[in-house]
Amino acid sequence: MRFSSLEQLMTLCKEESLSIGRLMVVEQARETGQSTEQIYEQMASYYQVMKEAVRKGIEEETKSRSGLTGGDARRVHDYGRVQQSSLGDEASKALAYALAVSEVNASMGRVIATPTAGSCGIIPGVFVSSQERFDWEDSRLVYGLFAAGAIGYVIANNSFVSGAEGGCQAEVGSAIGMAAGALTEIRGGSPEQAVHAVGLALKNSLGLICDPVAGLVEIPCIVRNGFGAVTALAAADMALAGVRSAIPSDEVIGVMLEVGAAMPEKHRETAKGGLAQTPTGRKIMEQLYGKKGGKPK
Amino acid sequence: MRFKDVFSIIGPSMIGPSSSHTAGAARLGRTARQAMGGLPQEADIILYGSFADTYRGHGTDLAIVAGLLDYDTDDERIRDALDLAAAAGLLVRFKEGRKPDVHPNTATITMRLGDTNVSVTGRSIGGGNVEIVGIDRFDVKFTANYPTLLIYHEDRYGMVSEVTEILKNAHVNISYMEVDREARNGEALTVIESDQRIREEVIERIRELTNVRRVSVIDLASKGGTP
Repeated sequence: MRFSSLEQLMTLCKEESLSIGRLMVVEQARETGQSTEQIYEQMASYYQVMKEAVRKGIEEETKSRSGLTGGDARRVHDYGRVQQSSLGDEASKALAYALAVSEVNASMGRVIATPTAGSCGIIPGVFVSSQERFDWEDSRLVYGLFAAGAIGYVIANNSFVSGAEGGCQAEVGSAIGMAAGALTEIRGGSPEQAVHAVGLALKNSLGLICDPVAGLVEIPCIVRNGFGAVTALAAADMALAGVRSAIPSDEVIGVMLEVGAAMPEKHRETAKGGLAQTPTGRKIMEQLYGKKGGKPK
Repeated sequence: MRFKDVFSIIGPSMIGPSSSHTAGAARLGRTARQAMGGLPQEADIILYGSFADTYRGHGTDLAIVAGLLDYDTDDERIRDALDLAAAAGLLVRFKEGRKPDVHPNTATITMRLGDTNVSVTGRSIGGGNVEIVGIDRFDVKFTANYPTLLIYHEDRYGMVSEVTEILKNAHVNISYMEVDREARNGEALTVIESDQRIREEVIERIRELTNVRRVSVIDLASKGGTP
């Protein structure tokens, strides 16, 4: 790729008069030697998988393999239809859809890792709910996925995208940044505004630890996907309104690396700290694995 | 750059719940199968670190076995892989291994097919991406992101140039290459990653070289492709 920072990405977009999404397709073709059509088709097929996961998570009450989670997406969705939700209909729908995809993931259903499986609900939650609201064509969202990918590429290569390496800020946080930047662009924001959205969003997830109860991608991962979708909407709104990230977004990514590296091991996907080691977290672990910390049955 | 393209960020399409523990594990299993050159009859799977601690909850065991059956990361049969393996005549055994300085998501898969034994050690590094770090007793490192040739041969002068000559004539671009040998003039393994898929007739020409014992091809992009 010809860029390794958001600054360089923005400059390239300006020079070539391309959106981040369109530029990413060209860069990917350059890197892999594949045609832009082939590359577009693969991403379009991924978007179909995302939409299917949203549908499945809302319509079928999914239960996770461990039996610990499931059905919350539907609960939030139904609540939004019956009562006035605090967030309002649109954000409430993004929240429900993000929970839906994350629940499908926990039930061993099909999802797209964006950037990981633990954070797979945020982008579909934001994208599919926005598409329904604004009645966009699929292609607009597919280019949006390329924009999200470009942003994630910069984060992954300058910081982390896995909870085991950098905590949940790296996983759910990266997904929020990617969704916020992409939505800003899809809604007509400039590459510069999209990049500010990334910084605004990432600043709000710095320090988020990875502490899955019993080591499973369920508690608190699923609800964090729901919150993440709503944060991404808020960051995109701020950026579109002209709010700038006072600390440049590349520097925020650098801080994510610093904070992640300083995080103790027990707060990095080991289930040895945080929510996983609360009295209830330990009780759940015992129920699943037995007293001696054996393995799930 | 650790992550090279847009689909290592958006993707893979996968069966949940964990890109490291499930999708990466399936890719490790598939790489092992292709290194073997077909469905093994037996497989001993040793899991280390976080793989050993949480494999059942994440379906890591199902995913590795699904890979051995040549299923891709988003194949819904992953959930039933243990039963399907038994039906296909594949006997699997799982063990938890302890090693002090191993990457937290590491697996060693030792397989037998007829008289041939192959052992593959790899680790899952996040987002479904993997790194293979050992084949049999050889320390070699590759990602399985590109078509990859594993050439077992004797350590003799000129071997590498004979192989690269064949690839040059076939217009195959080598993007990465590594050789490890057990001893001077002993057994060696050459790993070649290429930008393009390598045609069967080209592989056949390499197999026919004197001093080449065995060649296998790893190509995870070939859906359902059995080497």
